[in-house]
Amino acid sequence: MLSFVLRRLLQAVLVLLTISFASFMIQGKLGDPVRQMVGTSVSVEQREALRDELGLNDPTLVQYGRFLGQALQGDLGTSYYYKESTLTVIANRLPATLELSFCALVLVIVMATPLGVFAAINPKNWLSRSILLFSTLGLSIPIFIVAVFLMYFFAIEWRLLPSFGRGDTTQVLGLWQSGLFNKDGLMHLLLPSVSLAFVMTPIFIRLIRAEMIDVLQSDYIRFAWSKGISAPRIYFIHALKNTMLPVITVGGIQTGTLIAYTILTESIFQWPGMGFLFMDAVTRVDAPLISAYLIVVGLIFVVTNTLVDVVYGLVNPRVRIPGYSA
Amino acid sequence: MSLLTLENLSVTFGKFRAVDNISYSVKEGEVLGIVGESGSGKSVSSLSVMGLIDYPGEVSADNLSFADQDLLSMPEKQRRKITGSDIAMIFQDPMTSLNPCFTVGYQIIEALKTHDGGNKKVLRARALELLNLVGIPAPESRMNAYPHQLSGGMSQRVMIAIAIACNPKLLIADEPTTALDVTIQAQIIDLLIDLQKQKQMGLVLITHDLALVAEVAHRVVVMYAGQIVESGPANEVFSTPRHPYTQALLASLPESASGKARLEALPGVVPGQYDRPQGCLLSPRCPYATDHCRHVAPDSQGSLERQVKCHTPLDAQGRPAA
Repeated sequence: MLSFVLRRLLQAVLVLLTISFASFMIQGKLGDPVRQMVGTSVSVEQREALRDELGLNDPTLVQYGRFLGQALQGDLGTSYYYKESTLTVIANRLPATLELSFCALVLVIVMATPLGVFAAINPKNWLSRSILLFSTLGLSIPIFIVAVFLMYFFAIEWRLLPSFGRGDTTQVLGLWQSGLFNKDGLMHLLLPSVSLAFVMTPIFIRLIRAEMIDVLQSDYIRFAWSKGISAPRIYFIHALKNTMLPVITVGGIQTGTLIAYTILTESIFQWPGMGFLFMDAVTRVDAPLISAYLIVVGLIFVVTNTLVDVVYGLVNPRVRIPGYSA
Repeated sequence: MSLLTLENLSVTFGKFRAVDNISYSVKEGEVLGIVGESGSGKSVSSLSVMGLIDYPGEVSADNLSFADQDLLSMPEKQRRKITGSDIAMIFQDPMTSLNPCFTVGYQIIEALKTHDGGNKKVLRARALELLNLVGIPAPESRMNAYPHQLSGGMSQRVMIAIAIACNPKLLIADEPTTALDVTIQAQIIDLLIDLQKQKQMGLVLITHDLALVAEVAHRVVVMYAGQIVESGPANEVFSTPRHPYTQALLASLPESASGKARLEALPGVVPGQYDRPQGCLLSPRCPYATDHCRHVAPDSQGSLERQVKCHTPLDAQGRPAA
C-alpha cells in the first residue's frame, strides 16, 4: 500500500507540475496585468516601476521558479479582482461545486445502474429500446440546452423551482457552507444537479449495458445459473460486480468531464461555485485566479483517480495493488 | 429405475436444429458417456436438461423427465429448485467458470445456502468438508482464495465441490478435463468416478475421449450433427459398433493404428446450419453410403437399450448389412 501511495504521489506531482507550467505560460499571454490593475491615469514610468516591483520584467523561467516556490508554500498568487489569495477565493466556492457534483453523481448512479442493467437483461424489450434511444438523445443534446429547457419549464412556466443561486445555506462544522440541510438549499440544488446528471447518465447507461451483456455471456454466469441461484442474485450480485469494474475506471476519467460540465451548469444557474468563478475569472482576465483554478482542478482530478484506483483494487481481487494485503 | 429420461428431445435455434430428436435415459448410479465430434450437440442437449437454453433457443420433447417429474411442464420456480441440487453440472473451462470476484468459500456456501439453508457456521463447516472431499489440500486457507489464485486442476475440483454440494442424484460433466493437462485429467476423472460410486449418482460424461468412455462408462451414446447415431452398453458399442460413424471414430484412435504410417480419419466435417445434406446426415462422409442413404434419412432402429440410426447397420464383422 505504501509503495502504491508513493508512486501515486510522484505521479500527482508530475501532473501538477505540468499543469502549473501550462497555466503559468497562459498567464503571461492574457494581456498586461499592470493595465488591469491601475487603469489609464498612471504614467508610463510608474507602470514600469510597478512592473519591476511585481517582477514582471524578469525572464520567464525565473518568474516560473518564483511562482513554483510560492505555490509550494500554498500561495498561488493574489486575485486581481478580489484582491485576496486565490486559494481562499476558490476554497470559499469549493463547497458549492462539490455539493452540486455529489448530487449529480448520486443521481447518475441511481439512474444509470438500474436502467443499464434492465436494458442488458431484456435487450429486445421496448422499454430497453426507449432507454437506449433516450441515452442517445442525452449524449447528443448539449447541457446548456437541457439546462435552459429545464429552467424554462420548472422555473419560469410552472414556477416550481428557483432558477438561480444556491438559496439558504447552513454552516456545517464551522467551515462548510452547505445547502444540503435545508429545504430552500435543496430546492435550488435540484435543477442544476438534474441537468448535470442528465448529460452524464447516458454514457454510463450505455457502458453498464454493454458490459453487462458481455458478462452475462460468460462461463461463470452460466455456471451460476446451473447452481440454481435466483435470477436477481445472478444479475445484481454475480454479474453486476464484474460489470462495475470497467465502469469504475471510466467513472474516474469522467471526473474531468464532470468538472467541465460544472463550469457550464454553474454559469447557467448562477451557481456560486468554482466553475462560475472560473468563467468570471476568464471574462475579467484574472490570470492568477485562472491558473489557481486549473491547478486545483488538476489536484481534484488526481485525487479522484487515485481513490478510483483504490476502490477498483477493493472490488477486483485480480488486481490487488502490490503490497496491498487482501 | 430411470433417473433421467429424454424422448425425442430437440433444441432449435430459429430454423437450425442443434439437437434433433434424441432419446436416452440414465439410471441411478449409472455412468453414461456421450461422445461425438465438436458441434454434434453434446453440450446443447445437456444444457437443455439443466434448463439453461437461452432465447432464441427452444426445447421441445415428447418427454423430458427427472425422477418421474416432467421438467418441461413444471413451474419455473420448481425447476430452478431441482437445478443445482438434484441435477448439477460442471463445465469445460474451470478457469473461467468460477466468478472471479468472489472467494471460493463464498461460491460454495452460496450453492449450499440456496438449496439447503442453514446458519453460517454449519454452512462453513460443510464447505470445508466438501473441499476436503474433492481433495483440496489446506482447505481452510483455500476458502478465502479467489479463483485466479487457483490452478486449473484446483478450479475444477472447486467446481466439482460446488456441483456435488447438495448431493445431486445426477451430475452432468461437460468435457470436464478438456482444458486441463494430461496428468491432471486422470486425477479429475478418478475423483469424479470415486464420487459417483460413493454417492451412487447418475453421471453423464460428455467427452471426446473414447478411451475414457470405454473405461468408465456403463452405457454410451454416440452423437453426430445433433442426432444420436448409436447407443448401447459401452462394451457392446466398442466391441461391435453397428453404425459406420462409431466404427470410424474407433478406427481413428491411435490404438487401432499400430503399425500404420497414418491414423485413420473420416474425411470432411460435421455439417452445420447451412450445409445439411439430404438423407442421412453422415452420407457425404460415410464409406458405405448408397443412393438410398443420400436421399432418405434413416430412422432409429432397436430399443432404447441398443439403438442405431442407419439403413444398413454393421454386422459383427463390421460390414454393412445388405
